[in-house]
Amino acid sequence: MELDPLILSRIQFAFVVSFHAIFPVFTIGLASYIAVLEGLAFKTENPVWVKLSAFWTKVFAVVFGMGVVSGIVMSFQFGTNWSNFAQASANFLGPILSYEVVTAFFLEAAFLGVLLFGRDKVPAGVHLFAAIMVATGTFISSFWILSANSWMQTPAGTELRDGVFYVTSWSEAIFNPSFPYRFAHMALASFLTGGFVVAGVSAWYLLRGREVEANKKALSMCLWLLLFIAPAQAVLGDFHGLNTLEHQPTKVAAMEGNWETSRNVPLLLFAIPDQENQRNLHEIGIPSLASFILTHEWDGEVPGVSAVPVEEQPPVAIVFWSFRIMVGIGLLMIAFAVTGLVLRAGGRYWRTNWFLQGMRFMSIAPFFAVLTGWFVTEVGRAPWLVYGQMTQAEALTPSLTGGMALFTLIGYIVVYALVFSAGVYYLMRVLYVGLEDRDEDEREADRPKRPFSAAHVPFEIDHNSDDTVGTAKPVNQGGH
Amino acid sequence: MELFDLPLIWAFIIGFGIIMYVLMDGFDLGVGILFPFAPNEEARDTMMNSVAPVWDGNETWLVLGGAGLLAAFPMVYSIFLPALYIGVFLLLAGLIFRGVAFEFRFKARTSRYLWNWAFAGGSTVASFAQGAVVGAYIQGFETANGVYVGGALDWLTPFTVLTGLGMLAGYALLGSTWLIMKTEGNLQQWAYKITLPLLLAVLVVFGIIGVWTPFVDEMVRERWFSNLSIIWVLPVLTLLCAIQIYRSVRDRKDGMPFVATMGLFITTYLGLVVSRWPYVVPPEYTLWEAASAYESQLFLLLGLLFVIPIVLVYTAWTYWVFRGKVRAGEGYH
Repeated sequence: MELDPLILSRIQFAFVVSFHAIFPVFTIGLASYIAVLEGLAFKTENPVWVKLSAFWTKVFAVVFGMGVVSGIVMSFQFGTNWSNFAQASANFLGPILSYEVVTAFFLEAAFLGVLLFGRDKVPAGVHLFAAIMVATGTFISSFWILSANSWMQTPAGTELRDGVFYVTSWSEAIFNPSFPYRFAHMALASFLTGGFVVAGVSAWYLLRGREVEANKKALSMCLWLLLFIAPAQAVLGDFHGLNTLEHQPTKVAAMEGNWETSRNVPLLLFAIPDQENQRNLHEIGIPSLASFILTHEWDGEVPGVSAVPVEEQPPVAIVFWSFRIMVGIGLLMIAFAVTGLVLRAGGRYWRTNWFLQGMRFMSIAPFFAVLTGWFVTEVGRAPWLVYGQMTQAEALTPSLTGGMALFTLIGYIVVYALVFSAGVYYLMRVLYVGLEDRDEDEREADRPKRPFSAAHVPFEIDHNSDDTVGTAKPVNQGGH
Repeated sequence: MELFDLPLIWAFIIGFGIIMYVLMDGFDLGVGILFPFAPNEEARDTMMNSVAPVWDGNETWLVLGGAGLLAAFPMVYSIFLPALYIGVFLLLAGLIFRGVAFEFRFKARTSRYLWNWAFAGGSTVASFAQGAVVGAYIQGFETANGVYVGGALDWLTPFTVLTGLGMLAGYALLGSTWLIMKTEGNLQQWAYKITLPLLLAVLVVFGIIGVWTPFVDEMVRERWFSNLSIIWVLPVLTLLCAIQIYRSVRDRKDGMPFVATMGLFITTYLGLVVSRWPYVVPPEYTLWEAASAYESQLFLLLGLLFVIPIVLVYTAWTYWVFRGKVRAGEGYH
């Protein structure tokens, strides 16, 4: 069997970028949460805020560390597997990605150390300022990355001469048509991720009766945030979809599973797209609703996948189902946020077991929503890498063989499996140890510059220590 | 119309970034290479502590170098990375393993030996891969129309294996002289003891590379032997540095062995640069041919002129904060 370097490179890129994406999407949201906690601590001097901030800063340190490690690989992928793309787009993407590195550099250099290690060493105001700057820095970083990605979706401000893109307008290229929508959509996704993780972990602690006062506050804050952000994301997602309809109609057609351009298109709840015959099997849908959502008219025209030749179509099934999973999780998020509001009556939100159990499981939901969302936008762009201008096949490294691509694909999977299972395992340890005060010997000898050293948690479970503090006296009959 | 020779400015910036990276990540990779040979576990704690506060700052130069190369010399980026495909993977995998080993070794108790191996193995693989990259650069690349057309393992030749070993020996020397400067007692004595054999190894391997290089390529031969040029100053300086390392180790000096080793690296690096100047993708393309568009180089330069001084000041400050000897039992547990 001939190994296809194109499909292997696509799988490799999807793998490393998916793995990478889950870390920053969490740290961006979490950084803002920590900044808010620091602000509250600064203003009210209530020790609960300090306690929460100190704990979530530990988590931030570990996740940030994993994001940096997986990010290093990303900056070399363009050259190793997509060198024609790198060469062609360097005039725009080179400076943009460099600015992202520079931002991260600056952030790391100046403020992260102060946030992680400076609580007792710098004035409270300076520490708060560092927290705000770290949060701002994560947004600036994502600004550049999403600008680069959006330009690949809706290229503007550049012209293609002899196979190379030249920038004609930096502002048009950076603020290309899909960028504002994608940036806003991702920003809210980060808040949702941060919110649901903090809420879920707090719910878990509440189930076990640990640090009830602090975790109650954390859960309450998150539920308020989610109550506004989760519905807002749905509205924003709709705007993003309309923008996509304008610039990438085929992607929208794939999302809707609509093959022929037509009116009164139903919103499909279920279907098995059959790309070979350009049709769906086992369709279940709500009549005319897709037309209404996309055009705001019941008989509006919705583009079809078949409008473009088969070789210019994305794999419809992946886009179609990823979109449904993302939207489904989004609706679930809204449901939980509203349930939280209802349960506030009588202060039941932090004592209702089934709700806390549900929130606990919802803590991983945003990651699936984010990944499937990216599958929609990235797979939906296929076969284009730079939409309408450069295909994935043209972008591939010419000297790359299937064997080489397979070697590194397996290699990255093995490396990531080892490294990130250690990382996630350690993160679980940090969560398990929790907010409670630790022995002094755990926190001696801090030195800045190494994110994990902010975490003060031993790698192995030590049965002689007091790791299990609080677990002996659960208030609720909670899960483990 | 173009006010400055931006490609030349960028060549200096990236050249500066490379030597900064080699010197700074070099010693902490070197400490990793020496790790399995350390006298005992306590010595390993101290060794790791001596580089722990600075290593990831050192490595960010590599990331900036990668991104800067894409922005300023996309042709270099899009030829080197495909040509060195397998080597780049080994380099990244090595750096990832040693990076997480830093984080987890201090947290680990029973699994500590695993992280020792991850640290040592990762450092060794990454160092060898970097040396092989240098060798591959001297060898040159098979290209057509600005695109790499060679095979997956063209970079792996006896010559690049030798440069890989040279880099291992060189980084180990940087590591041992760093330990002389930063530690005391038994560990420092051990570092003194291994420095001279390492120096000998470096001189032998660098010597073979030096004699071999002119035969790898016509142009390099011409540059060094066509007429007796000023560039012969560089190998002479390299030798002087080597002598200085020898004497300062013999006299049990603290800081001089490390400084002289940095001198040895800088002069060797400059010797390498003049051998190929101004070709950045030998044997075909000069730095002007490999450059990106003028406005792209300018757009990024404006930002970097602002950021690089800040990074340098911050780097200097970090080293200042952590100056002096690292004592056993100090630092992490």
